[in-house]
Amino acid sequence: MRQLIGFLSGLVFGIGLLLGGMADPRKVLAFLDVGGAWDPSLALVMGGAIAVAMPAFALARRRRSAWSGDAMALPANRRIDARLVGGGLLFGLGWGLAGYCPGPALVALGSGSAGAAVFVGAMLVGMSVHDAWLARAAPPAPTAPTAPR
Amino acid sequence: MNVDWQAFTPWTALGGGALIGLATALYLLGDGRIAGISGIVGAPLRALLRGRLSEIDRPQPWFIAGLLAAPWLWRLCGGAAPGLPAVSTAMLVGAGLLVGVGVRMGNGCTSGHGVCGLSRLSLRSLVNVLAFMAAGVASVSVVRHLLS
Repeated sequence: MRQLIGFLSGLVFGIGLLLGGMADPRKVLAFLDVGGAWDPSLALVMGGAIAVAMPAFALARRRRSAWSGDAMALPANRRIDARLVGGGLLFGLGWGLAGYCPGPALVALGSGSAGAAVFVGAMLVGMSVHDAWLARAAPPAPTAPTAPR
Repeated sequence: MNVDWQAFTPWTALGGGALIGLATALYLLGDGRIAGISGIVGAPLRALLRGRLSEIDRPQPWFIAGLLAAPWLWRLCGGAAPGLPAVSTAMLVGAGLLVGVGVRMGNGCTSGHGVCGLSRLSLRSLVNVLAFMAAGVASVSVVRHLLS
């Protein structure tokens, strides 16, 4: 059940990225190129996603458990600090250089793009480097806390 | 500001966004989890590197499998393959490293802080989104308009 929900969510998420144009790095760069020939399309991807997800989060707040029976694991972390901002800046810098963020890069990898494979490989190295050497001594609260099982 | 109306695709963008929202809602209501890709990839990766396979949250690898399988279903439905990256291999490596470090340090990316965080009206996520949007715009501006 949980595995099926995971797979279907990923599949629909990926189709959404493809339909919306997020998996096309040129379109992403055209969206970020506010000072050039700007393509605002991807703002509507975010808008459409939020319009559908927002009622779901409102519903989730009133539920104690998910359909799978697991407890709702909504983030409790509200801390705004240098790591939050610095992480966002580093991520944005990389996003603007290649036109890939993590989800679209995986979808592009699935479509057989060698460039996306290079990006994803480097991204996994970057994640590991952070977790091994740059993470806080006490691990920060994860975005999606996982209940012990 | 100079909008490229030829490239503007409002309907597919809204439709794609709605599907992303739907997937986010399914993962949230179905499994009680935030559909944040950097966490979905980062958490199992960390468990893998520490040799603690039992700590991997089982739906996460399946979510990744769904993302990887999406282009196959997309093509089956007649969709065109996504465009290829427009930059050099060295640039892809540098960008990937920055994205990898950045999303783990900031604890989320376009999906976790963007779609989920903004949908939850989280101020913390809004701050992260403003940071990565500003850096993304600055990065493209420097590469396209200052260096070339």
